Amino acid sequence: MAGSLQHLGYDEVQDARIGKLIQLEVDTVEESRIKEMCQKLLANPVIEDFSFEVVG
Amino acid sequence: MKVAVLQFPGSNCDQDALKALREDVGVDAEYVWHDESSLVGFDAVFVPGGFTYGDYLRCGAIASRSAILQETKRFAEEGRPVVGICNGFQILAESGLLPGALTRNINQKFICDDVYLRAETNRSIWTADVDKVIRIPIAHGEGRYIIDEDGLKSLEDNEQIAFRYVSSKGELNDGANVNGSVSNIAGVLNKQGNVLGMMPHPERATKELLGGTDGLSILRAFSLVKA
Repeated sequence: MAGSLQHLGYDEVQDARIGKLIQLEVDTVEESRIKEMCQKLLANPVIEDFSFEVVG
Repeated sequence: MKVAVLQFPGSNCDQDALKALREDVGVDAEYVWHDESSLVGFDAVFVPGGFTYGDYLRCGAIASRSAILQETKRFAEEGRPVVGICNGFQILAESGLLPGALTRNINQKFICDDVYLRAETNRSIWTADVDKVIRIPIAHGEGRYIIDEDGLKSLEDNEQIAFRYVSSKGELNDGANVNGSVSNIAGVLNKQGNVLGMMPHPERATKELLGGTDGLSILRAFSLVKA
């Protein structure tokens, strides 16, 4: 992907990664519960890392 | 002796499994729907292949959190027999009943073919009867078994590797490793040896009409399970 962008002339691209973006709409924000959701279902710790961000 | 064949939205090997168990292995088997929470009356569990819940999120991830899987975990922890084939293996790995994870095949393609397998331990009922190289089919896009180095060592130390992909002559080499799995692993056991997960489909190799009967050497173990 990075190579393809470079090939198109975007020499500033050093690296690229494709990941999964999951957007959740929640009534209340409790970060510990969001972390739990990531650990229990949204990410598989054997093959994936995760991070989350509260926006809006 | 009765086997529960679990059914989820998107299961597609459930009928093959039921027929193979009833007609070819000769045991009683019934479907159990995914939102059931009891396995009372059953003596073994078969988690069939397919594309449960469309394999959204990750293969087997949603199914592994279903009501019947919570009950299956409890059932397995009692030391009772549970087998997961293909998507069923993915479900058992996602549920934590089996170590490791199944990821995209190394060639990025869905592979539908016959493979040769060698049993790597005789300490489980599923592998004890497999004393030669067997040929059974695979049909998966995400069957590359992944586990870290410590995990692999632990699998080896505890004799948890059930099957490896080998050549028709039984040789362990990269050419036989169709999906790029770590250490040619095609199937694994839990520590106790009562839970088996494997990508190849023994239930599709139980009649000459299907192209072979080698799957019976694995599935016959169901007939040894005591009610």
